[in-house]
Amino acid sequence: MSSRDRILAKLNAAPVLPKAVPDIASWYATHRFEETTAEKVARFRGCIEFAHAEVYAVTQATWPQKLCEVLNTKQIEKLLVAPATPHGQRATEVLTETGITFRAYDQSIEAWREEMFHDVPASLTGARGAIAETGTLVLWPDADEPRLMSLLPPVHIVLIDVNTIHNTFYEMMQSEGWSGSLPTNALLISGPSKTADIQVTLAYGAHGPKELIVLLMGEAS
Amino acid sequence: MSDHALSFMPSEGFRARSKEVVENPFLRKSFRGAMDFLINKRVTQFPSAEELETLRTLGEQIRQYNLANLPSLLVQLEDSLTRNGIKVHWAETPDEANAIILGICQAHSAKLMVKGKSMVSEEIELNHACEAAGIEAMESDMGEYIVQLAGEKPSHIIMPAIHKTKEEIATLFHEKVEGVDYTDNVDELIQIGRRVLREKFLVADIGLSGVNFAVAETGTLCLVENEGNGRLSTTAPPVHIAITGIEKIVEKLDHVPPLLSLLTRSATGQNISTYFNMISGPRKADEKDGPTEMHLVLLDNGRTQAYADEELRKTLQCIRCGACMNHCPVYTRVGGHAYGTTYPGPIGKIISPHMLGLEATKTMATASTLCGACGEVCPVKIPIPELLMRLREESFSEPHANPAMRGQGAGYSRLITMVWQGWALVYRSPMLYGTYSWLASRFNWLTPSNQGPWTTVRVPLKPAPKRLRDLLKDKS
Repeated sequence: MSSRDRILAKLNAAPVLPKAVPDIASWYATHRFEETTAEKVARFRGCIEFAHAEVYAVTQATWPQKLCEVLNTKQIEKLLVAPATPHGQRATEVLTETGITFRAYDQSIEAWREEMFHDVPASLTGARGAIAETGTLVLWPDADEPRLMSLLPPVHIVLIDVNTIHNTFYEMMQSEGWSGSLPTNALLISGPSKTADIQVTLAYGAHGPKELIVLLMGEAS
Repeated sequence: MSDHALSFMPSEGFRARSKEVVENPFLRKSFRGAMDFLINKRVTQFPSAEELETLRTLGEQIRQYNLANLPSLLVQLEDSLTRNGIKVHWAETPDEANAIILGICQAHSAKLMVKGKSMVSEEIELNHACEAAGIEAMESDMGEYIVQLAGEKPSHIIMPAIHKTKEEIATLFHEKVEGVDYTDNVDELIQIGRRVLREKFLVADIGLSGVNFAVAETGTLCLVENEGNGRLSTTAPPVHIAITGIEKIVEKLDHVPPLLSLLTRSATGQNISTYFNMISGPRKADEKDGPTEMHLVLLDNGRTQAYADEELRKTLQCIRCGACMNHCPVYTRVGGHAYGTTYPGPIGKIISPHMLGLEATKTMATASTLCGACGEVCPVKIPIPELLMRLREESFSEPHANPAMRGQGAGYSRLITMVWQGWALVYRSPMLYGTYSWLASRFNWLTPSNQGPWTTVRVPLKPAPKRLRDLLKDKS
C-alpha cells in the first residue's frame, strides 16, 4: 500500500456528516453592490493609491505621452515592452522619438537572465482587468508579457482600461468564466512589493517592483 | 522515527521559556506592540459587524463542505494537477516529505534551493534535511531570512521575526552579511536583503513554496504574499516544488474569494495582499519563463488523525491567518518560541498534538485562560476554546482502548484524578458538602501558611471561621 492509499483509506474510514454546498453567490448579492464605472474607478483608485501605487488618469490618445513623462521624471532610460501587443507597439513608436531605449522580452529567460535580473529598470504591461473592491490589477502573463516582466524590474507601469474594472474578484472570475480557462499563471497585484517584517515598519520594494505606476485609461473628458 | 521529533522542543520547557520572555521587558514590549498593531489593523478592515459575522459563517461553511469531501477532492486535485503537468506526491510523515523533496533536488543535482514562506516546510524541518544532504536552503521571506541568519525559528506564523528589534537585525546583518555596514534604517535593511536574495534567485536550482489554497476543479495552487519572494521562488528557478497539508483544498475556484478576503483582513488587516499568485502549471512550450517542472507534495503528518473525529476535524478548517495568536493574552505575553512547536499560540495548541502526539504536548492545551478571544476572531469559526477543553480531556483522562488521539492519557495521574473525583463527589452531595465546610471552617487553623507558588506573591487561602450559611443563621 502506498502513502497515497493509506492517507485516502484513513480519510475514507472517517464517519463524516454531509455538509451543505456553500451559497457564495447570495452572500455577494447581499453584501456587495454593483457600481457604475465612475464609482468603480474611484474605489479602485482610492484603494490602490492607499497601497502606494501612483495613478494617472489618461485616455487612449494621451497615455503614450504620460508614459514618456513618467519615464523622464524618474530618469528611466530603458523600458521593457512587448512589441507584439497593441499597447507595446504604440509605446515603442513613441519611445523611438524620445531617445529612451526599449527592450523586448523576445527570448526565453535563460538566454538573458543576467540582464533581466540586474539591468532592466522598468517595464510596461497591460492588464486583463481590475477589481474595484480591493484596488487590484489582474494580469494573465503570456508569451508576449511573461511572468517575470511584472516582477523583476524596479518600476512596473501598467496600462488599464477603466471598462475592465469589476466590482469584486468573485464577480470577475464568474463573469469571465475563469474556472474553465485559467492560464499557467494568473496574478492579482495590489500595489508595489512591500514588507513589514522588521518591527512592523512598512518598507516598499522588498523583492518585487519598488514602484507601481497605473495608467488608468478612460474616456476623454 | 528519526530525530525529527526530537528537534521540536517538547512542551515541558514551556514554563522556563515563557518565564524568560515574561521577565524581559524588551520582548514583552515587542510582542504587545506588534499584537496591538495587528489587532487594530484587523478592526479597521471589518467596519460592519454583520458583514464580518456572515462572512465568517460563509468561510466556515466553505471549509466544512470541503473537508467533508476531502478524500474525493484530493483525488480530483491530483487528476487536475497531473493534467496540468504538475507531479503530485503523497507523504504520511515529515521524513517521507523530506525524502521526496531531496529526491527531486538530487535528480537535478541541485545545490541551492530558495524558499518562499512555508510553515509546512518548517513543520517537516526541511532546512535541516537539506543541510544534511549538502543542499543550501535559503529563506527568502524577509522575516524568515532574518530568523534563518540568526539561527532561530519563526516566532509568529505571519511575522516570523516579530521578536527582533531593528537594532538586533542591524547587528545581525553587519555580522553575517558580507560587506554590510551597520545600519538600523529599516528601508536600507530591506534593500540589503533584496540585493542578497536577488543573487540567490538568479542562480537557484529549486524554488520551494507553500500553498494557501489548492483548487481541485482547476488544479491551481494559490499563494498569498506581499513581498514578491513567493512569486520569485515559484517563477525564477527551473523547478518549483510546493508543499501543503492535505487540508488546504477547495473544490471550486469561487470558494477562493471569500477565503482570501477573510485571510488577508484577519491576518494583517489588509483588504488584500500585494500579490495573489495563482499557478496552474509549469511553463508551456511558447512561454518564456516560469519553471519547466512542477511538483506538489501533499503532507499528512497527523492530519488524518484530526480528520477521523467530527469535533477534532474542525481544527483542519484553519486558513493560517494568525488572528488567534494576535488576540491571545497568553501568546502576547510569552511569544512564539515559548511553545516550542512550529505553530504557536491557540492554533498551535490544537494542531500540534496531532502532529507530535500528546506525549510531547500534553500540557499545551493548559497554557490558556479560556478567555475565548481566539474563537471569537477565528475567520472560519474554529471553536478553539472547546477544542482546548477536549484536548485537556484527551491528555489527562485515564488511558483507554481505541483513543481518538496518539498519546491519549499521557498526562494521566491516578492521584490527581482521585482528588478531583473526591472533590466532585463532595460538591454534588449537600450532606457531604455541609460536613466538609463545617470541618473546614472549624479547623481552618490547620491551613498551612506556605501554599507553594500561590503564597509567593499572595496571602494564604484560609477558610472563613464562619460559613455563609452560619452567618445567615446568626442573622435570622
